[in-house]
Amino acid sequence: MRFITVIAAKEIRTYFSSPMAYVVSAAFLGITGFFFVASVSDAFAEASIRGYLAGAVFFMIFMSPALTMRLIAEEQKMGTLELLLTSPIREFEIVLGKFIAAFVMTAIMTGLSLYFILVLFIYGDPDIGPLLSGLLGLGLYAAATLAVGLFASALSSNQIVGLIVGSGILTALTIIDFVSERLTGLASQVLDGFQLGASFSVFDLDSFGVAQGGHFADFAKGIISVSDIAYYVSLTAVFLLLTVLVLEARRWR
Amino acid sequence: MIKIEHMSKSYGPYPAVIDISFEVLRGEIVGFLGPNGAGKTTTMRVVTGFTPPTEGVVTVSGYDVVSHSLDVRRHIGYLPETVPLYLDMTVTDYLKYMGEIRGMNSSWVKERLPLVIGMVKLGEYRDTLVGRLSKGYRQRTGIAQAILHEPDVLIMDEPTIGIDPIQVVETRQLISDLGREHTLLLSSHILPEVSAICSRVLVINDGRIVADDDPDQLSDKLQHAERIEVSVRGVDAPAFISAMREISVVIDARTDQRVSIVQRAERENFSPFIVDARPNNNASELVAKTVIDNGWGLSNLTPLPMTLEEIFLELTTEENLGE
Repeated sequence: MRFITVIAAKEIRTYFSSPMAYVVSAAFLGITGFFFVASVSDAFAEASIRGYLAGAVFFMIFMSPALTMRLIAEEQKMGTLELLLTSPIREFEIVLGKFIAAFVMTAIMTGLSLYFILVLFIYGDPDIGPLLSGLLGLGLYAAATLAVGLFASALSSNQIVGLIVGSGILTALTIIDFVSERLTGLASQVLDGFQLGASFSVFDLDSFGVAQGGHFADFAKGIISVSDIAYYVSLTAVFLLLTVLVLEARRWR
Repeated sequence: MIKIEHMSKSYGPYPAVIDISFEVLRGEIVGFLGPNGAGKTTTMRVVTGFTPPTEGVVTVSGYDVVSHSLDVRRHIGYLPETVPLYLDMTVTDYLKYMGEIRGMNSSWVKERLPLVIGMVKLGEYRDTLVGRLSKGYRQRTGIAQAILHEPDVLIMDEPTIGIDPIQVVETRQLISDLGREHTLLLSSHILPEVSAICSRVLVINDGRIVADDDPDQLSDKLQHAERIEVSVRGVDAPAFISAMREISVVIDARTDQRVSIVQRAERENFSPFIVDARPNNNASELVAKTVIDNGWGLSNLTPLPMTLEEIFLELTTEENLGE
């Protein structure tokens, strides 16, 4: 446990000492802000953060791998991984420490964007239930995307490879309905079950990505279901485990 | 402290190290000598627990590197060939972090940090970003992280590679000093370096240990000829060469053809020669005496140490003859 904290603390410090965190935060605030404004500026708009959530969910497909791409790839490139792996510290401690650091960064960024909620309370009367369930969903969603990004970062010593593979996996999971819609029966249902977010229907400004499908849709509507939580938690766990395995496999090569 | 028994390591079908066995005792400084790709780094990675051996048993401080990897890692300090640094941290932050991931508590780190920084002479760069340090200082930072947690065993892979000559001298001195308190295994492909620092030399080639001896004996054993570089004035080549050949211990003498030497010889007006003599016969003295007795000007006389390439040729050809 102590090693996990040590690693997480170091990575958080590194985030703040590089321009990455600031650039990504700015982009995140910009994009979520755009979606938020677009969703509440209609004449009879509802006072909700659905638009904001749609923007966040969409942007995290790229933001999460961008935040995690450095974490393991850089250690491999600089040879510091050899040092970590010859220290009395286990692979899962390294992976968890780094994951926690990336999650804390995402939480900070999300925190910065939450003045939207304040705006809603000042000018409207938002429903608190969907608001909280949406934020819970966003947290779970962020964890899953970061785990995928961390896994991609462990694959090579090249950060760009990490970014592309990570975003690639997340995009594939997001647009999986393109395939499932064209299938019927069990195959279609199984693929639907893997749908990450709410697909590119986020670009449909009428429904703001909360229309149909995807494990995120219910959270945005104020519904917390066990299957959605289980999906994100398992996705996180599986990819963190895979990351640990990739690091362990490095020893046996 | 380090015990390797019949260890082999293959990467897929490619054997990197084949059935090597050796032991490093407490307080020994052992040099691991070999050309690139001989298996030095692989052996060190096995000893540090970074990669497990394919076959054989390796123990450090009595702990098996496979089954008790964490215990092994607690007892070693390791400096890999590419010095592992976080360029965006200051020297102090970096060392603190290294201490923490080695499991040191903060009071221990606080106590050791100034000592270690003093030892590697990094005092004035304490708050400099590692990325701004010169190569030699980065190397020292790397050495500092390896000794911070007072490990029983220190393992250094090519500790002087790629740094400038003055810093090489200082780094070697530092390593010799460390050898007084630690058991040390270091790799190198430079023979004089190993002879200067180590009490024992292991020569590895193509994944096999081909020699295990103390450095003096190793070169004595291998050095069938002592080579001397001589520069003289006031004599022509045939006369000098025949005079040299008359000395009993001299095997042969010839004009030095190396371009840099020839150019300098023309500029400074002397004649360069190479003299091969049987070793341990004070050949240098005899050569000098002959030159002086003949009334020639002696401008340079340097015994040339045998280079690693020659030693390897020597070792590998001997082995080939045996096969």
